[in-house]
Amino acid sequence: MLIKQVADILPSEITSESSYLNRRQFMGAAGAMAMGSLLSPAISSASEVIEPPPLDYLAATKASPSGFYTSEVQTPYRDVTGYNNFYEFGTDKTDPEKYASKLVTDPWSVSIEGEVDKPGTYTLEDILKPHDLEERIYRLRCVEAWSMVVPWIGFPLADLLKRFGVGSKAKYVAFETLYRPDEMRGQRSRFGTIDWPYVEGLRLDEAMHPLTILAVGVYGKTMPKQNGAPIRLIVPWKYGFKSIKSIVKIRLTERKPATSWNKTAPSEYGFYSNVNPAVSHPRWSQATERRLPNSLFKPNRIETLPFNGYAEQVASLYTGLNLKRHF
Amino acid sequence: MAVVNKSRAVKYRSYIKVFVFLFALLPLLQLFLGVLQNSLGPDPAKALAHLSGEWALRFLIITMAITPLRIITRSSEWVHYRRMMGLFVFFYAVLHLLIYCVFLLGLQWQDLWADILERPYITVGFGAWVLLLPLAVTSTKRWQRKLGRQWSRLHKLIYMASALILLHIIWQARSDLEEPLVYVLIFSVLMLLRLPIVKRIFNDRAKKSAAHQH
Repeated sequence: MLIKQVADILPSEITSESSYLNRRQFMGAAGAMAMGSLLSPAISSASEVIEPPPLDYLAATKASPSGFYTSEVQTPYRDVTGYNNFYEFGTDKTDPEKYASKLVTDPWSVSIEGEVDKPGTYTLEDILKPHDLEERIYRLRCVEAWSMVVPWIGFPLADLLKRFGVGSKAKYVAFETLYRPDEMRGQRSRFGTIDWPYVEGLRLDEAMHPLTILAVGVYGKTMPKQNGAPIRLIVPWKYGFKSIKSIVKIRLTERKPATSWNKTAPSEYGFYSNVNPAVSHPRWSQATERRLPNSLFKPNRIETLPFNGYAEQVASLYTGLNLKRHF
Repeated sequence: MAVVNKSRAVKYRSYIKVFVFLFALLPLLQLFLGVLQNSLGPDPAKALAHLSGEWALRFLIITMAITPLRIITRSSEWVHYRRMMGLFVFFYAVLHLLIYCVFLLGLQWQDLWADILERPYITVGFGAWVLLLPLAVTSTKRWQRKLGRQWSRLHKLIYMASALILLHIIWQARSDLEEPLVYVLIFSVLMLLRLPIVKRIFNDRAKKSAAHQH
């Protein structure tokens, strides 16, 4: 069967290796100048020229480390960009898409602080320049028991941390989102219980794990503002709120940093917040999830897997740790 | 003047009732259109559950506003619409529960039971629904006659149901309490307007203006 299918493909339909490599180079180059909207036309025109990409894509999938790609059905772009939790813009799922356009992401700079060899405030261009962008297709599991499958564009956080030199005392990485109430209406809410700016944190070994990336795009396009433009974290084995958006500060620390949801409701959200079907959130079960999009008579309710299905890659980080206590 | 108004209100009451009834069905139409046009987003079951719950709450506010309206306007005309409004609370609450059971839980009854026992916001929500049930059943004139004075005592349960519904909303808020607090404020105002002093103030005012006219 398989052999027959391959034989059916006309030679003219197969993308040459050189043009595939060109595409990769092109993406790398685009990454180097990835500022604002420049990235989006660059990548979309690349996909127009190179048709059809599926074979290359499969080859890339097989060649790369396990966990980097999932072959599960991807959540459509309009849902990935239209159904978001980004409380800086409001608590309704449609608020981010409605109100994020006010956010100014160009110019953007990220301050790198703490236990690093080369601290400083760097422009987004400086941050991205040396990194080759790659696609990662990850499951995204929200703590509210829904999930998506999203093709992110980004690079390993470890590469960035190594570049700026991890200090010998560094044990944790703290992140901070932009605080700009003029542009982020959710930060102006009078009855909000989150203490802005939003902060998150990882243990250093979690931050250095190859699955952990900084993402600047989705579906081959520049990261939309409602998804955390221009640069955000993706930690696929943790609940979505750990993957902090619109990052302006990365600080390496010796002590465990505070995290926003943990400060808001310590009994509901732990520092680790690893996806764990065995530990229920006090207000809802985590045993199952609803994969989006779904329909009324096809609720797409599936079992939630430990570490969101990335146990093979990350469970060893937590050997000896009581995951029920350290939720 | 007052007499003329009253008879006119009686005359038009049945027409107004038909109108109000159709109006109260508009949210249902909105839900249907949302499903047909596929405009409820990537998680339509959750959107339907939210919308139906929200409408049950809005009709509850209208129902609870009848007594204050009667006091403020010094007209008992409003009371004639209370039964219908109350039944629409129940109607949208039933819809809310059905959507939750059928579309969100996929009719997994053991999950419903687990949710009711383990999730406080569902426990109180379900509790409120259970309290609404006898009120809907005994809403007919026949039951009203049969129960006599007990009927109005039974229907005081709506206050407890309202409290549980507010808890149901507060316990679902993840971080922003603005929306639940707005509802708490609305209910507080509706409760305060029931105090005897309010009735006295509006009665006195009416007397004064009547005296002025003479």
